[in-house]
Amino acid sequence: MATILQRLRMRRGGLAKRESEVIQISDASQIQQMMPPPMDIAPNDPIVAYFLSAPGAVEVDKLHLDSPALQAMRDAGVKLAIPLVSQGELVGLLNLGPRLSEQDYSTDDRGLLNTLATQSAPAVRVAQLVQDQQIQARENERIQHELRVAQLIQKTLLPKDLPVLPGWKVNRYYQAARQVGGDFYDFIYFDDGRLGLVIGDVTDKGVPAALLMATTRSVLRAVAQRVVKPGQVLERVNEIIYRDIPPKMFVTCLYALLDPKSGQLLYANAGHDLPYHRHQMGGVTELRATGMPLGLMPGMKYEEKETTLAQGESILFYSDGIVEAHNPGRGMYGFPRLMKLIGEYQEESSLKDVVLEDLADFTGPGWEQEDDITMVTLQRSKGYEVSEIASRSVSPTEEENWSIDTDWQILAELTIPSQPGNERIAMEQVTEAVEVLQLPTKRLDQLKTAVAEATMNAMEHGNHYLPERPVSIKVMASKLALSVRITDHGGTRTLPSDPGVEVPDIEAKLAELQTPRGWGLFLIKHMVDEMNISSDASHHTVELIMYLKGEDNASEKS
Amino acid sequence: MPAKSLEAQVRHQPRVAIVELQGEINSFAEDVLNAAYAEAESRDANVILLNFSKVDYINSTGIALIVSLLARARKSKRRLLACGLSSHYEEIFQITRLVDFMSVFPDESSALALADGSNGS
Repeated sequence: MATILQRLRMRRGGLAKRESEVIQISDASQIQQMMPPPMDIAPNDPIVAYFLSAPGAVEVDKLHLDSPALQAMRDAGVKLAIPLVSQGELVGLLNLGPRLSEQDYSTDDRGLLNTLATQSAPAVRVAQLVQDQQIQARENERIQHELRVAQLIQKTLLPKDLPVLPGWKVNRYYQAARQVGGDFYDFIYFDDGRLGLVIGDVTDKGVPAALLMATTRSVLRAVAQRVVKPGQVLERVNEIIYRDIPPKMFVTCLYALLDPKSGQLLYANAGHDLPYHRHQMGGVTELRATGMPLGLMPGMKYEEKETTLAQGESILFYSDGIVEAHNPGRGMYGFPRLMKLIGEYQEESSLKDVVLEDLADFTGPGWEQEDDITMVTLQRSKGYEVSEIASRSVSPTEEENWSIDTDWQILAELTIPSQPGNERIAMEQVTEAVEVLQLPTKRLDQLKTAVAEATMNAMEHGNHYLPERPVSIKVMASKLALSVRITDHGGTRTLPSDPGVEVPDIEAKLAELQTPRGWGLFLIKHMVDEMNISSDASHHTVELIMYLKGEDNASEKS
Repeated sequence: MPAKSLEAQVRHQPRVAIVELQGEINSFAEDVLNAAYAEAESRDANVILLNFSKVDYINSTGIALIVSLLARARKSKRRLLACGLSSHYEEIFQITRLVDFMSVFPDESSALALADGSNGS
């Protein structure tokens, strides 16, 4: 029923034309006066059912129906209505005003009109279908054209070349949905070797989204050249695009700045999906920094965070087209599946391909992509930097406070988020970093315990388990010794400067005269050969030194 | 990285309760460890054996938890024994002098042999 009525509505003009065709027999000027205005019939108007059930011409004045359409016909002076029915559908009406002779319509007139209606209804139907098709075709053409424009904008602006960074693999994937969403990504190159990475998503689709994406991209590029800190970059971009952005549109956008030499990544996020950081031993953390999407309101601040990618680690930046993809059972791909996948994939494979394969497994064949799918992956190669940095020695002035100033080789620089339990990540990553030294099992176990305890202290006492205050760990080796420096943001704190520290008294603890806790520093001291503590106003560092040619090593190795 | 939780299974033998631990003994382990210990105490065992053979990580907080258990055992005049420690954690038990208050055995059978002996006496 709804279909019929919509069609009737669409064909208001058609109806009027048909009337004039019938009435063309008489004077054209009179026709103009008599022609009723185009009429709309509501879907629930009872006249529709009446016309479908009434065979032949209907005298309008004799009808008694509570029908707005009937009233409209009366007001327009319609005397006789002949429904045009084709295949059980009301496709139109022949509406006739009073005869010019002012006589009633005769039986012959009605017979003629009924025949005319019966014969013309299928033709009208066909004409209507053709007209519908033409309208549809024009609409499709318009959409296709708009699509081509949107695709062209997107194609022109998304970078074609990938950054080439020794020791790094950068990859990207972009697949527009049929309707072209507003996803974008960008790489910004800086003279000092740093690389800016951008990933974003504009609300809405098609040309408006593409244009806003183009604007955002250009503004961000311009601002990033002048402002270094990612949080400030997004703040500036928001101020600029907020003024011009159409209402109800906004842009989610993540901007990260990579220093390829150190692996340090600074980032800020304007409401975009949180990237995943895959750590060396398969642990996965979200890169979380708060901030509102761009263009919503002025004066926004964007939190800036930092992480460091050690060798073998990777980061996935992505858009919601992946996590919001549905399978035939309407299940959603979701964040947990993506996070688990990143934790489990083999480091040597391409993260991009791993995600795409898993997505294809999930959606099954014949999937129609619902939204744009965009990914940028950043993988730090294993082993590359060790050989590169092997020749570099740390300058003595920088290192003079430290116990052994010989040629140091950096094995790893790690950043561990301050969260309970994360000392395990520190243990595992340091273990991996010192693998080249082939420490005897006993020494390695001791190192692991010392690293875990020092990291726990740093996370708890220095950083108070604040996620935005990570623990930095620097692992270095010389010919003689291994050094692991664990730094927190605690600054000077009231710890005994002599790491000899008091010996926890187990008897007092058992008698409950002392807390059962307080074993951390005691354990560290017994696990390594030296422990040095230093602090400045804002940082506190514990250095663990393990001699590599000590008797322990010698005896274990022999 | 989600911390591995500790799992504990308590087996009761005449006058001996064996607490088999699996996983990590850290701050997350407190509830499981205390519940297992309470279960071990529930049937009047006078020896409680902690089997560490499936424990792969003990940190200083874990040591503190074990010290607390030891204090509880001493209060209720029970003997607490340990077995299955890796050589690294055996070293830590020595450094902390835990071994002075709880005997450490290589495995469950050697620990039970002593427990039987002391029960018989």
